[in-house]
Parts: sequence; C-alpha cells; structure tokens
Amino acid sequence: MPQLLLELFSEEIPARMQGQAAKDLERMAREHLAAAGFLPEALKTFAGPRRLTLVAEGLPLAQADRKEELKGPRVGAPQQAMDGFLRKAGLTQDQLVEQNGVWMAFVEKKGRPTAEIIAEMVEAIVRGFGWPKSMTWGTGKLRWVRPLKRILCVLDREVVPFSIDGIESGDVTEGHRFMGEAKPFVAKDFDEYVAGLEAHFVVLDVEERKERILEGCKTLCFARHLELVEDQGLLEEVAGLAEWPTPVLGDMDPSFLDLPPEVIRTSMRTHQKYFAVRKPGQPGLAPHFITVANIEAKDGGKVIAAGNAKVLSSRLADARFFWDEDVKTGFEPWLAKLDGVTFHAKLGTMAQRVERIVALAGEIAPLVGADVARAKEAARLAKADLTSQMVGEFPELQGIMGGYYARHFGLDAEVAAAVQDHYKPQGPSDAVPTAPVSVAVALADKLDTLVGFFAIDEKPTGSKDPYALRRAALGVIRIILDNGLRLPLAKFGKEDLLAFFADRLKVTLKDQGKRHDLVDAVFALGDDDLARIVARVEALDGFLKTDDGKNLLAGYKRASNILKAEEKKGPLPEGQAEEPAADSAAEVGLYQALRLLDRPLKDALAKEDFTGAMAQLAELRGPVDAYLDGVFVNDPEHRDNRLKTLAAVRAAMGLVADFGLVAGEGPPQSLRDSSPRGGAS
Amino acid sequence: MPAAPKSFQSLILTLHNYWSEKGCVILQPHDVEVGAGTLHPATVLRVLGPKPWNAAYVQPSRRPGDGRYGENPNRLQHYYQYQVILKPNPANMQDLYLGSLEAIGLDLRTHDIRFVEDDWENPTVGAWGLGWEVWCDGMEVSQYTYFQQVGGLDVSPVAGELTYGLERLAMYVFGVDNVYDLPFNDPDSPLGALTYGDVFLANERQQSEANFHGWDVAVLKQQFEQMEEQVPLMLARSYKNETLVLPAYDMVLKASHLFNLMNARGAIAVAERASYIGRIRDLCKMCAQKWVELQEAA
Repeated sequence: MPQLLLELFSEEIPARMQGQAAKDLERMAREHLAAAGFLPEALKTFAGPRRLTLVAEGLPLAQADRKEELKGPRVGAPQQAMDGFLRKAGLTQDQLVEQNGVWMAFVEKKGRPTAEIIAEMVEAIVRGFGWPKSMTWGTGKLRWVRPLKRILCVLDREVVPFSIDGIESGDVTEGHRFMGEAKPFVAKDFDEYVAGLEAHFVVLDVEERKERILEGCKTLCFARHLELVEDQGLLEEVAGLAEWPTPVLGDMDPSFLDLPPEVIRTSMRTHQKYFAVRKPGQPGLAPHFITVANIEAKDGGKVIAAGNAKVLSSRLADARFFWDEDVKTGFEPWLAKLDGVTFHAKLGTMAQRVERIVALAGEIAPLVGADVARAKEAARLAKADLTSQMVGEFPELQGIMGGYYARHFGLDAEVAAAVQDHYKPQGPSDAVPTAPVSVAVALADKLDTLVGFFAIDEKPTGSKDPYALRRAALGVIRIILDNGLRLPLAKFGKEDLLAFFADRLKVTLKDQGKRHDLVDAVFALGDDDLARIVARVEALDGFLKTDDGKNLLAGYKRASNILKAEEKKGPLPEGQAEEPAADSAAEVGLYQALRLLDRPLKDALAKEDFTGAMAQLAELRGPVDAYLDGVFVNDPEHRDNRLKTLAAVRAAMGLVADFGLVAGEGPPQSLRDSSPRGGAS
Repeated sequence: MPAAPKSFQSLILTLHNYWSEKGCVILQPHDVEVGAGTLHPATVLRVLGPKPWNAAYVQPSRRPGDGRYGENPNRLQHYYQYQVILKPNPANMQDLYLGSLEAIGLDLRTHDIRFVEDDWENPTVGAWGLGWEVWCDGMEVSQYTYFQQVGGLDVSPVAGELTYGLERLAMYVFGVDNVYDLPFNDPDSPLGALTYGDVFLANERQQSEANFHGWDVAVLKQQFEQMEEQVPLMLARSYKNETLVLPAYDMVLKASHLFNLMNARGAIAVAERASYIGRIRDLCKMCAQKWVELQEAA
C-alpha cells in the first residue's frame, strides 16, 4: 500500500516547541485522514530543529466510492425549505424520493484521489497549526513558527502537487547547514529520506539524537575518568538544538569550584546549556563541562571547546561578582527591598508576606517542637535572597542561596537550614524537611500561600492552578505525615481550605492504595488532624478487610436504613434505651454489648488506639446480627426502645467513623464519585 | 575573499563592505543618544509602511546603568552595535547573515553556530518580533529578529533585523579577553597601535561617574517632562503637508535616554518604572502612527 511522506522544512524551531509540534502534527493528520475515510496502517511524526516530518503507511490511492443519504424537508414543507435544501445539496427535485413522509436523496459519491485529499490536508494543517507563537515573514501572510522554506510531500513516490502561499510542494529537502555537501537532495519515500538525511548529517528522530548525546557524553567522560551529571530536561532541550548533536568536552577554570555547585550547574545549564560532570565517588563538580555542538568540527572540536570555556569563564565570573556583591550587602538591605516587591496585587508586598509567615511560624513552632525565636528569625530571613543579585539572575536558586549566605554570615545553623529548605518539598520526588525549625517555616510559607489565595478566591479550578496551590497543600500534608506531626489545621484555614486538604489527602492516600470513601468516612467526623485521620483510615481499612468488619458494616447499613425510614415518619425517640425484658435474648445481648463497649471504646479512642477501637466494635458484630435477624423493631409496644437501641449502635460506631459514607458491597463509592463531600477537586 | 579583519575598525569596514555589496545603504550613526541600534529612525520608523528598505549602520549605544568605570572586561555603558535592516526580509536572510560571519573570518566548519530561540521585545517602542540569538561556540554574537510590530503597529512587509554586538564579536574573533585590549586600528598603522582602551577608557570612567552620581536628577526629570510635552506639539506642526515626525521622534529618543539616566541614578522606584516606560511608548506610538500616515499618503 502506498506511503505518504510529508516534511515541513523551516528555519530553526524553538527546542521547547518541537515535542508538542510532533504530537499536534500527528493528531491533525489522523483527524483529517479519518474524516476522509482513511485509516493508515502506521503513522509517525518527528520534530527537529529545522523540520517536522510525517510518514503514513498503507494509504489507498483513492477513496472508496460512497453512497450518501441526505435527509431533506418533510413532504408538504414550504417550497422555500425545499429550495434551500436543493441549493445546499446541489440537487434537483427529480433526484429526491419520498420515504416515510420525508424527501430523501441517495447520492453516489465517487471516491476522490488520495493526492487531492492530502493536498487539502497539508494546507489545512499548515494554516491551522497551533504554534504557541507564530509569525509572518517577507511579504507573505502565511503564519508559521519561523519562516517555512520547503514542503516535501510525496505519496507513493509521486509529488503531491500543491502550493501554499507560494511554497510549491516537491520531493526535495536539505540536510545539515554546514556539514557534507550542504546541498538539497531528492527523497521519494521514507527510506530514501532517512538515508539522505544521514548522509547529509541529520538525525531525524529525537530519541536517536538523545541517545547519541548520552553516548557521546559517556564516552568523553570515560576517557577522562569522569561521570556525567545527568539532566533529563537539559537533554530534551539540547536534542532540539542540534541536527547532528556532537558532545564536546571543555575545561573550566578550577578556581571557580569555590562557588556553590548549584550556582555552577545553574549557570552552565541556564545560560549555556552545558552538562556538568563530576569525579566518580566525589562530592561537588569536576572542573569540566560538556557542550553539545551541532557539528563535527574540522579540528575535532578544539576551537569549540576553547570558545565555550571562555564564555563559561565569563559567566562564572559574573556569578562570582554576584556572590561578592551579595556578601557585601547582606540580609537586612535585602529585607528592606522586599517592601518594593509585589507578591500579589490583592495580597500585598513580599514584606507583608514575610510578616505573616513570621507570625505563622511563631504559632507553628511550639506545635512541631521548634524553638520559637529561631523559627521566627528563619521566617523573617527566608525570602530575603529574592532581592539578592544571584537569585535575581537565577530565580531557581531561591532558598538555596539564602542558605549559603546565612551560613556565610555565621547565622545559626538551624536558621540557615530553614532558610534553605523552606520551599521544600517542591514536587513528589523532593525531600521533606525534617529539622523542626525548617518544618515550622516550610509549613508557615505554604499555609500563608494557601490561606491568602483562598481568601481572595483564587482557588485552583480544573487543570488551572497558577499559584501551585495543590503542590503547596500536598507539601503541607507530606511534611505533617512524614514527620508524624500533630497539627490542628482548622486553626489556620476555613472550611473550604480544610476541604481542599481533605481532597489532596485523598489523592495522597489513593496513591498509597487507600480508598476514597474511607477518607470521607473519617473526615466526616470533623477532625482536622491529618496524622489522626490517616491512623483512623488505616485502622478502618484493616477492619473492613476482616469478616467482622464487613458484617458489622452491613449491620450498620441495615440499622441505619431502618432509622432513616422511621425518621421520615417523625422525630426519632430520644434518650437512653431501657434494659429489655430478660426473655428476649437478642435484645439483651445487644443491650449488654453496647454497655460493655462504651468505656473501652472511648478509652481506646482517647488513646488514639484506633485498631483497638475497631477491635471493640468487632464485639458488636454478633449481637447486631442477632438483633437484626431476630427482633421486629416496629413492634408497637417496643418501637421506641428498639429504635433507641439502633440509634445507640449508630452513635457508638459513629465515634470511629461515619460508616454511612463507607461504600458497601458492589462498586466502591470511590469509583462513582471522587468527591462526595463536594469539596474542591 | 578579502583578508579577514585584524582590528575593531577593520571589522566594521568588512561588515560595511559586505552589506553594501548585498544592497544595503550604509548609514552613519544617528546623532541622538540611544540605548540600542534598533532605535535609530532608520529602523524604528523605516520598517513601518509599505516601502522596501535595506540599510546597515553602526550605532553607538548608551546603557547608563551598565557603566563599570572601565573596570569590567565585558561591560560598557557606551558600546557599538552593528545593525542591518532588510525589509522585506529576503528568503535567504539566514544565508546572508552566515555569509557575514564568514566575511569576518569565522570558519563555519570549525565553529559551532546555533540559532537559539529568543523572542525580542522592546516595550519602550511597543515593538516585538520572533527570532533567535545566534551563538558561536556558546557565545551570543548576534540577535536576529523578524519584526512583527513596532510602535504598536504591524510591520508589513516584515523586516528582518540583525544586531551584532561589535565589541563582543571582535573580542571573540581576535581572541581578546578584555575589551580594553582590543586592537582598535591596524597594528602597523603609522599612528602606532591603539587599543580600544586608548580610545574609550577615559570616556567609560567619566561617564560612569556622571551616570551614577553626576547628573542632577531634578534636571533630568524636568527635561524628561519637557520632551514629553513637546512631542505632540511637534507632531501638530507640518512643513508642506508633511508632519514633523522625524524631529518629534528625536524628542522621544531624548526622553528615553533621560529615563535611562534617571534609572541609573536610582531615581526611579520599581513601581514607577512601568509608568515611565508606558509614557515613552505612547509618545513613540504617536510618531509611528504619523509616520505610517505619511508613508501611505506618499
């Protein structure tokens, strides 16, 4: 079956846009082909610095003929409606047939040549492509990410003829700008195309470019007894910057190694897109770097290495200048400048935010075992580095620089560590602070963010979370749980924020394999202590896996259903149940069980021994089953007392969790509704 | 190919010859202080309107805040940009640009030349475009931009702009680490060999001090406001039905430079910055609008 090869050849496409462009090209092509009735056997797209490429296998050379049914107006509809239909369909009235009171047309549609459809498809894709930013060039009106130079489009080795804003389709493309012949060449199918690109020093597939880079880096490292500091993000980027990626190792002036390694790496990465290297088994970096050139230079890369080394030296000299200026300035002048930095229009300046964080850290410190004065001091200093020169240049070093500077100025070690770590954890793989002062400031930082943005109603919606509030809430949860902290969250936020935490906690617990509905059942108790909530959920989870648990849950549901039904008839009787007559064994059994349960259950709960509490509840299982099977609740003579007994069962179990929210047999509730509390999601 | 340049001045002459051969008019610098070659009316105004235009020129660029008293090997408050403007941009503009690098002695099979995304914008003149910074062995040697808007107006046809940082390029080509050590003229010159420092070090020292401490802030502010007032008045005047756009635009440039001086003196609070920039942009837009009207009427 014929093959389609399409290449959109342009000037250099920004690296960060290439991956999405390949996906978009694939999606658009699939949609267009499907709309024309084509289902290619295989379709693959590629993106690189100067080209987007698509290859589709197994297309027919023409569409199949089709019969189309067109539904016209009703019989007897006004002539206007008929005229309109005929005009739109391009038919005359004698081509219509009457069917069930409606005029119908049965049109034979001749299948069109695939080439025609491809020509239309390419034009629609080119004109409708969703680049994040696009431009026009020269005198044309066409928009593309950068000037579009050529379109190669061959179907079954034949050029698909068309022209888009003066760009004629053809079977010619270009290879590397400088290497090889640097002349255009002809490609009539994908094999010729890939071979031609190789011969002209272009690696088409980004995955191959990445492999080539990694292998090249490792070879260079091996020869010098070095080790690559791997960096996936950087690898992705440099793979989009070179068609013939060629790693080159350069030397760095070792005197710069006294700068913090984070500074060196960030400077290398941000400004120069270099990989850092280290000596195996040694801390810090080695005084070398790897740049990924786009050329195998005539001199083996000596000039490239030397040139890049020079640029790096001047970059690192800048970094050292920032460091020197910063240590001449210090925390107090930086803090003064925070007055002029807006945090958010509705949430005031960074200086005001710092005041809030200081107050919060002071409140939190005693709850997490941190020294109050140190926590407040660390909170006061935590944001100062935002106005330092180094963080001005490298925003991603916020906190890290604050920590270095705090140590440089000989500040208290706990304070310095808190300044450094208070942004943590910044993602699921980031470490959670454990030192008490760090914990206090990290919590204060995140709680201030959450409380502030919730107060001005900037809550995350759907996929939009511009202030990373989900990450902040998850950070709070991880800090609390990983450190086993006891923190009454209600002290810090209102109902909506607590619901948000509940929701985030559900996500966390779900990742650990816990059920949503159990979290809901426990949250319904109104507890705001995450550690206790999790302990309850875990105990409940364990209990519901036992036979006793499952049966007791079923009993609870039955009892609860009876109570609900009776509630509809009027208010339930209140007060304690009286001791039943001695001849009713089931009644006496439950009555006794409830009485015996009361104290040990409450004791276990007071000790937060939730497993123990569940064990106590398990004692109810037999008596509840016997009661529900053997006692007729609605007996007019005993109705009140029996309802009081069932209410007592519900109340006792309700001390542990709201079992009404636990999904019973059948599909677990979590599959149907991720958020029964209606909280933010 | 003529011999590669050996000095700062011959580098400029080489570029002049190259772009002259490619059909550019070779202009001289504009005589009002500007922060970048783009601000020369030969770029900001000439890229607007339908008429084709190819020009190349050197433009001294003043960045008062970048002064380092001649003590920093890379940073100057007064330096030179080489500016090329091609409107409409020719289809082979990248090749023409690469040719200019070869002309100044860069072997494109030895060096690593890269086009790295850099979307340029200049809020003070309401301008933006898409393009790249061009790297040679990891060093940015040029900015390459396809202008999309200037003065808030669409640039149509699109103009391509090339800006070479001349000192930096020269330092790289001549393998010099300190800008003040650059050979300014031919070492065999009868005058004797002069370095960039011989020519400019005193200027850097004096101007740095003036930029940071010398200028009277009250005077700068007053002059800024006067210029701001004068722009619409000048635009209201005409000679033989031609609005006085060019003199008005000079006033915008003066206002812009006065702003830069105030900024270097630390006289502009963070919160005020955006408002000043907005004021200059509004003035620039007025001029751009009038310029386009003139072009379309002609």
